[in-house]
Amino acid sequence: MNARTPRQHWMATLSRASRDEIAGLLGALPEHEVLKAPETGTVMVEGRAGGAGRRFNLGEATVTRCVVRLANGRMGFSYALGRDHRKARLAALLDARLQDETQDGRYEGGLHDGIAALAAQQDAARELASRKAAATKVDFFTLVRGE
Amino acid sequence: MYVAVKGGEAAILATHDLVAEARRGDPAVPEITVAQIREQQALACARVMNEGSLYDKDLAALALKQSQGDVIEAAFLMRAYRTTLPRFGSSEPLDTAAMAIRRRVSATYKDLPGGQVLGPTYDYTHRLFDFALMEEGREAEPRKASAPLDATMPRVPDILGAEGLMEAEEPPAGDPRPFDLTRDPVSFPADRDVRLQSMARGDEGFLLGLGYSVQRGFGGSHPFVGEVRVGEVAVEFVPEELGFAVDLGEVTLTECQMVNQFQGSKDVPPQFTRGYGLVFGHSERKAMSMSLVDRALKSRDFGEATNYPAQQDEFVLYHADNVEAAGFVEHLKLPHYVDFQGELELIRRIRREREERLAQERGAKEQDTMPEAAE
Repeated sequence: MNARTPRQHWMATLSRASRDEIAGLLGALPEHEVLKAPETGTVMVEGRAGGAGRRFNLGEATVTRCVVRLANGRMGFSYALGRDHRKARLAALLDARLQDETQDGRYEGGLHDGIAALAAQQDAARELASRKAAATKVDFFTLVRGE
Repeated sequence: MYVAVKGGEAAILATHDLVAEARRGDPAVPEITVAQIREQQALACARVMNEGSLYDKDLAALALKQSQGDVIEAAFLMRAYRTTLPRFGSSEPLDTAAMAIRRRVSATYKDLPGGQVLGPTYDYTHRLFDFALMEEGREAEPRKASAPLDATMPRVPDILGAEGLMEAEEPPAGDPRPFDLTRDPVSFPADRDVRLQSMARGDEGFLLGLGYSVQRGFGGSHPFVGEVRVGEVAVEFVPEELGFAVDLGEVTLTECQMVNQFQGSKDVPPQFTRGYGLVFGHSERKAMSMSLVDRALKSRDFGEATNYPAQQDEFVLYHADNVEAAGFVEHLKLPHYVDFQGELELIRRIRREREERLAQERGAKEQDTMPEAAE
């Protein structure tokens, strides 16, 4: 999990982003063809007994996927929880564009800065939720009896 | 003779209209939106996702709206919808140790790494009506600590595990793919993966009752809540065409680790044993009930007696599914005219035969007694 590639990072950011956020980042739609139209299916979510033991099927989750190809041949994929077809197509386009903008292993400028900003926003939301939870952390104190 | 009965189409169409009106209630009251149910009835949505065995908050909210808040009917809608979808595959097993914690409590350790985090809970409320909620427009303003919680917190049983006092929880050799009861028929005795899947989609009330029965002595369990944690966990999936794990986003989960005494047996030294519960959404009662019954169902594995319902996998697994149970109970109200006609004929015939036999016996008796009566 920690050793995620930059592409895995941005795909994770996109799966958590809203359709509008992705549309805002992508801007005008680049020329493309849809190789696999947005499709909703399920993924069976697995857990482990006791958290670390035998695998078991917890239940399914809805997932929507899409594959696109830009005019230059670059393919973009999206896989995310939920049933938002428009978001799936936009995220696949962004995945292709982000790969395009990657030069010599450099992940900066343009869309990469945009996706970093989106990731930072998601981190900030997570941190805020965590700080609210942290406010409910119990401070125990021990009552001393006698001497 | 079998008589096919047709008819009722018009009546059925009319009932569809009528139920739509009943669902809507007083039109002077604004219609509830799916988003409102999703955001403001999240615990009901969690129950529908669990018992419908499908994680999708919007669909759970829609199901509740469509079913007028009937949770089992809503779960049925989720199950039916699920069957229309292709399955892309299975996720990587969830890593609950990496959960973004919103609540985490332990009844076994006061001071544990990461601390006791109460989170959003009704546990410490007074259960007095808050009549201010009769009015709208009140915004909550929760406090914020200056620093977030630890990024990850150890699962409590793993702390005992390090001392060797806790039953080890390791995948079997080869880390096999789990059984899927939505694809294959269940046979007994059922393995733990089957039991856990069945309980995860099982009825909360049924599991609560069974868990309670175990505590009350119908299964002799002396559990502690090692840990309950609630929060968000990433779901990872490896699409074949990509060959690497894609993070699909986060699901909210509740996990319960129940710690039980175990006196030991011929083969196993005295130690603590585990009961495990994992469910979608914030569903503590369900996760706790599941973990109690999980431990009870492990009785056979530990060489314990299995005298009580919660310890018997066939009983638990065959009756936990409320969509199946409701289907079988509620089918009784559908037309059984032909079956009933048959039974009616049968009862009439038996009665006729009985009356004839009694009349014969009476006749014989009268003949027997006749001479005496004549005397």
